[in-house]
Amino acid sequence: MPLIPQPPPPAGGALLARLHAINAEYGYLPEEELRRAAEELGVPLSQVYSAATFYAAFSFQPRGRHTIHVCLGTACYIRGGEKLLEKLESTLGVRPGETTDDRAFTVETVHCVGSCSMSPVMRVDGDTYGRLRADLLPRILRKYREQEAGGVSDEGM
Amino acid sequence: MKVCSRSDLETLRAKGLSTLYPSRLKVSVGMATCGLATGAAAVYDTLRDEALQRELDLMLVATGCLGYCQQEPLVEVRMPGRDRVLYARMTADRARELIAALAEGNLPTEGALAIIPEEKEPPAGSKPAGGLPRLNELPFYARQRKIILRNCGLIDPTSIEEYIAQGGYEAMAHALLDLTPEQVIDEVLRAGLRGRGGAGFPTGRKWQVCHDAPGQPKYVICNGDEGDPGAYMDRTVLESDPHSVIEGLTIAGYAIGAHEGYIYVRDEYPLAVERVTQAVARAQELGLLGENILESGFDFNITIVRGAGAFVCGEETALISSIEGGLGEPRPKPPFPAISGLWGKPTVINNVKTLATVPVIINRGAGWYAAIGTENNAGTVVFSLVGRVANTGLVEVPLGLTLREMIEGIGGGGLNGKAVKAVQTGGPSGGCLPARLFDLPISYETLTQAGSIMGSGGMVVMDENTCMVDVARYFIGFTMAESCGKCTPCREGTHYMYEILTRIVEGKGTPEDLDLLEEVARWVKMASLCGLGQTAPNPVLSTLRYFHDEYEAHVEEKRCPAGVCRALIRLAIVPDLCNGCGLCRRECPAGAISGEKKKPHTINPELCTRCRICYDVCPVGAIEIVR
Ligand SMILES: Cc1cc2nc3c(=O)[nH]c(=O)nc-3n(C[C@H](O)[C@H](O)[C@H](O)COP(=O)(O)O)c2cc1C
Ligand code: SF4
Ligand code: SF4
Ligand code: FES
Ligand code: FES
Repeated sequence: MPLIPQPPPPAGGALLARLHAINAEYGYLPEEELRRAAEELGVPLSQVYSAATFYAAFSFQPRGRHTIHVCLGTACYIRGGEKLLEKLESTLGVRPGETTDDRAFTVETVHCVGSCSMSPVMRVDGDTYGRLRADLLPRILRKYREQEAGGVSDEGM
Repeated sequence: MKVCSRSDLETLRAKGLSTLYPSRLKVSVGMATCGLATGAAAVYDTLRDEALQRELDLMLVATGCLGYCQQEPLVEVRMPGRDRVLYARMTADRARELIAALAEGNLPTEGALAIIPEEKEPPAGSKPAGGLPRLNELPFYARQRKIILRNCGLIDPTSIEEYIAQGGYEAMAHALLDLTPEQVIDEVLRAGLRGRGGAGFPTGRKWQVCHDAPGQPKYVICNGDEGDPGAYMDRTVLESDPHSVIEGLTIAGYAIGAHEGYIYVRDEYPLAVERVTQAVARAQELGLLGENILESGFDFNITIVRGAGAFVCGEETALISSIEGGLGEPRPKPPFPAISGLWGKPTVINNVKTLATVPVIINRGAGWYAAIGTENNAGTVVFSLVGRVANTGLVEVPLGLTLREMIEGIGGGGLNGKAVKAVQTGGPSGGCLPARLFDLPISYETLTQAGSIMGSGGMVVMDENTCMVDVARYFIGFTMAESCGKCTPCREGTHYMYEILTRIVEGKGTPEDLDLLEEVARWVKMASLCGLGQTAPNPVLSTLRYFHDEYEAHVEEKRCPAGVCRALIRLAIVPDLCNGCGLCRRECPAGAISGEKKKPHTINPELCTRCRICYDVCPVGAIEIVR
């Protein structure tokens, strides 16, 4: 069976992949990068913007050095995910979507990270914490603060 | 090396067997996302460091998810020639003790959960050593039948050789070398496989339509978007056994005549993305993907697309538009993707579990598969059994098992011995079924008739501490946020339902609101464009149907029987029970609790936000929720 010649895919997930790459590098989507992406991929800037706003994974605001995702998926919700959020809000003094003044933490909510059997669950950067209770949070936050104090910076700017 | 023939597969198989069953000590740690969430990484590091220090020769492997997530972190030890022993709830300390014992040549049975027999079918009546039960005899596993999850937690997901050793890529070789595309389709059709993505459409029929459709090129897509919050089996399969999906997708491609496949993975699953990417690269390297696979003349390649956090992208037409670079917005059907899908070409889109099942059907035959489950509901389904249930985990059962066998038998009943009140299946598109219906056998039709759906397999258990009105509001809040906004009934209707439900949970609802809510729900169901909107009212309609008394308590008595809705409850400390430990005072995020050390504490209702954190932390149960 010979390979049937196929036209090059117009985008083939390329726009999404590009937005992911920018987001991974900067932690958010800076305007200049979006303009450049539009130019290089040959799509209108408006399309780039509408994709960037449509998907929850992207943000236009610079993030804190650590991003905390509190899971409010069904399993976590009915096992107290909101309590974790409330405790975080009061400990850090921020609401979901906001960043602490020292730019250490951005707090976000998410609908399921796929560890539902361990609910309630929270993710800090790439680390997932399961079977949580509000009173266990300060220790976890301290870990990331100490990491920074220890000179391990992942700021990358 | 390039795999060009069946005998090359045999070579890899031998290599896989040598790491699956090595002649030296082997320790495997479950390191899928759920294991990692409970400290599997620390266990792994301790095992490695401790073994190094004691100069213990051992093969340490990171495997995937065995399904019994409740018992994570799970560690499995295999001494050559002996039954494998599985240890549950591993900690760094216990890992240290384990290595010490192993270094002495002992295989401790203390604190072990079960053994996994070395022989597939041990002689009847025989008892394993050490008085431990066999894994498949534990109540959690006894009713399970693993087809989709066949390799999960047993093999190293980064090793294609171990997948091959378990019979992997044999079905692909059989299909490509011995069968025509029509024969493959016929086999899948006769097996009675129905799509595991939710709607249960016969997979063979879908393939047939696409096969017959005019237009080239054709495409196949694996839907790994798994948007149901509370379901995680697709993640598990992608993380723990990525090659089963790749093999299934390749067979699907061969059957319909596609040379390009896509695997669309949800953004919140970074490890799954990593594992599939690695697996695809490895298959390409070996020539199991690419040009002229196994010298059959068939070419096939796979591209991985990472989603970006939009529930509606799980809907097939939205997913296709998302791959094309547009917004993930659904479009009206027909035409169905099988006729006009990706870039307007005939496209088959199947769920992760559907595709992972295909190789087994090709290997064992349609008759074998069709005999599992019930008529019209053949085979097995995977559920994520979560929420307020004693044993949480991933469960694969033949269709036809009852909800009771599922929740009480496998799940072990409610959390902390509480009575289970309801179960939610199908996620935001599904409904809540009351305990009195638990004798229903699980099938696509029974669940739909009862007002829920099978969905992709989320099964969230609820007890007396779950408020059904709050749950309905939760789901409508979810679909409201996730509605793409393209059609008015869904966009406006979910908002309107959310407003009514908010009034009710705030104690401002009226009996008329209940009728209004039902009316709006019916309209949204009827008039929405895509499945998201059409199914969004299900959580509302099913709770109105089965838990009307809870709604009535909210609107008529302004009372939340489950003690959840903040406006309708009050927290109080029972002075006689409080020993003044001060824990609640420290944990209260509102600073609402005061009291002297060792004296009964009190809550200031003005400051209290009714978050119930204090209720959770009080070690002596001195805090009550007044409803
Ligand atoms: C709102 C919505 C969300 C969906 N989400 C998923 C999903 O996350 N995963 C999935 O496989 N199918 C999902 N589906 C179903 C798909 O549209 C499609 O039917 C399915 O991928 C087909 O695969 P199957 O035949 O193997 O089940 C969703 C449907 C709707 C309406
Ligand atoms: S319910 Fe929450 S806010 Fe109220 S007293 Fe308890 S901990 Fe504090
Ligand atoms: S936690 Fe319980 S015992 Fe301790 S002070 Fe609070 S109410 Fe009293
Ligand atoms: S619901 Fe929280 S991890 Fe799935
Ligand atoms: S906005 Fe998607 S169904 Fe209405």
